[in-house]
Amino acid sequence: MFSKDRWQEIFQTIGKNKIRTFLSGFTVALGIFIFVVLYGLGNGLKNSFKKFFVDDANNVIYIYPGKTSKPYKGFKANRRIEFENSDLDDIKENFTFFLEDITPRIIRNANVRYKNKSNSYSTRGVAPNHKKVEKTIIMHGRYLNNNDILNKTKHAVIGRLVAKDLFKDENPVGSYIEINSSAFKVIGIFQDEGGDNEERNIYIPYTTRQRLEKGNDKIDQIVVTFRNELGHTGAIGFESALKKFLKDKKAIDPSDSSGLNFQNVADNLKRNQQFAAALQYIVVFVGLGTLIAGIIGISNIMVFVVKERTKELGIRKALGATPRSVIQMILHESIFITTLSGYVGLFLGILLLQNLGLKLESFFITNPYININTALFATFILIFFGSVAGYIPAKRAASIKPITALRDE
Amino acid sequence: MITIKNLHKSYIMGDSSLHVLKGINFKVQEGELVAIMGSSGSGKSTLLNILGMLDSADKGHYELDGVAIKDLNETKAAKYRNKFLGFVFQSFNLINYKNALENVALPLYYQGIKRKERQKEALDYLTKVGLHDWASHLPNELSGGQKQRVAIARAMASKPKVLLADEPTGALDTKTSYEVMELIQQINNEGKTILVVTHEPDIAQMCKRIVKLKDGVIVEDTITEQVVASNHV
Repeated sequence: MFSKDRWQEIFQTIGKNKIRTFLSGFTVALGIFIFVVLYGLGNGLKNSFKKFFVDDANNVIYIYPGKTSKPYKGFKANRRIEFENSDLDDIKENFTFFLEDITPRIIRNANVRYKNKSNSYSTRGVAPNHKKVEKTIIMHGRYLNNNDILNKTKHAVIGRLVAKDLFKDENPVGSYIEINSSAFKVIGIFQDEGGDNEERNIYIPYTTRQRLEKGNDKIDQIVVTFRNELGHTGAIGFESALKKFLKDKKAIDPSDSSGLNFQNVADNLKRNQQFAAALQYIVVFVGLGTLIAGIIGISNIMVFVVKERTKELGIRKALGATPRSVIQMILHESIFITTLSGYVGLFLGILLLQNLGLKLESFFITNPYININTALFATFILIFFGSVAGYIPAKRAASIKPITALRDE
Repeated sequence: MITIKNLHKSYIMGDSSLHVLKGINFKVQEGELVAIMGSSGSGKSTLLNILGMLDSADKGHYELDGVAIKDLNETKAAKYRNKFLGFVFQSFNLINYKNALENVALPLYYQGIKRKERQKEALDYLTKVGLHDWASHLPNELSGGQKQRVAIARAMASKPKVLLADEPTGALDTKTSYEVMELIQQINNEGKTILVVTHEPDIAQMCKRIVKLKDGVIVEDTITEQVVASNHV
């Protein structure tokens, strides 16, 4: 089937029928190119969506203290609830099964100074686990660790933009900055996909923050992450158990909805995932549409090609070509052209996507890409249907009597 | 070489059927040069197409070189055509994107002959028809007479038992026609059996035997004094 002679015959036919070759090749290449680009752009849209909504860890519950609205157990209404370090330990102890990590958060705005430059930034007193919650990415140096918490060190991890503002091109790691007139050593620089605001934060040990505030043990917020295996229902169950436990501990009326505020990312997550799924459907739909258009295009051209060659096929048959060899010749040729041009389209499409990168970010398209398997599969589908579309008229042409074919002018 | 008995063929044209061949009987010996004559619609081309297995008969017996030609499917017909027959058409039927040499080599390709050998043989045949220097020309760069000579070379290339020519001079002027007939006579003199369909009496006179068809039957079958074409060129 793949004799050298056959290839020579095919190359000759292809070379001498440039328009025909170009038409079918172009259709396939264009089909694949558009498919790859559209699919890639769709994925880019999905990327942007993810970046906006799914930037932080998904298995997170934020707990904010509030004010009670009902009297309970001898306490008056309108009491301000506060969290303390012991709450962290209690949650850890009672929810080992559900819990992955827990971290406090103490947020203070502070004036930060390095040499003669100063600016106001938000500082966050946190535990090392916070890194996972925010999906913080360390660029240089390191994040806070348990020693920092235990020793209440004056170490700070600063955001990329903080470093840019204060240090310009200098390497900040190892330098000292003043946070509200107290010297902190910069131990790391981070970046965060959550955007510019996230990168204007400074992380310090929460124990250090508490020491600076006269050695109290108050906490602003508690952030817990739960095991992913819990799933959505498990997460909701965990949330209500946690709520019940904390209300009990803080002596809040179980029916009082304003003593504690829970924000469960799992809830948002489900909505976001549904939206992402809808986006995915659109992407797939657009891709399929393009592919079908491509299949129709190549089918039309194959029908035209075989029609145009009817007389030639008649001559070949008069000279002793069997129907089988006629079909094989047409298929071999069409598969060769579609494969080659399919990969050209694929290559160009991927090239364009890679060059786009972040250029379309203002259209909410980030890093458009296509899974190589999807692209290969689409190419294969187009080649396959191009062959089927060629096979049907080829079979017909091969089975008509040579005399009929020869009369075809 | 060829034996046909009681050959019938009808064409269905919408509701009516057209009975073209109404029982043809004749024999051709090896080395004959037969002209099949008749006016348009007499069935001469149909007869040739059936002899050439380009078309199939409705009824009758056809034997070629001792092989009964019957129950042909397309694959079998293709093999027989390649093995037994060479065709020359009025409209040449060269493949327009192949040069003269490649056109001549095509039947050899379907015989499974290697490329080098194929081209060498094809060039031999082109030389024989006097077109050695035109081997690399495309059909549209050749004159009508040259095209027909390429077609004859192509028909000869597969070394057929019988050469079938359907109005080989129909599209050519008189001078060129005689040149082509000279070539056909030359090939016949080398021993090849040739059937020529024509409606031109002067062309028929250049054959050795004339079979006249009228309304689907043979009305005359005579051995004729052959006019040597080269005398008229």
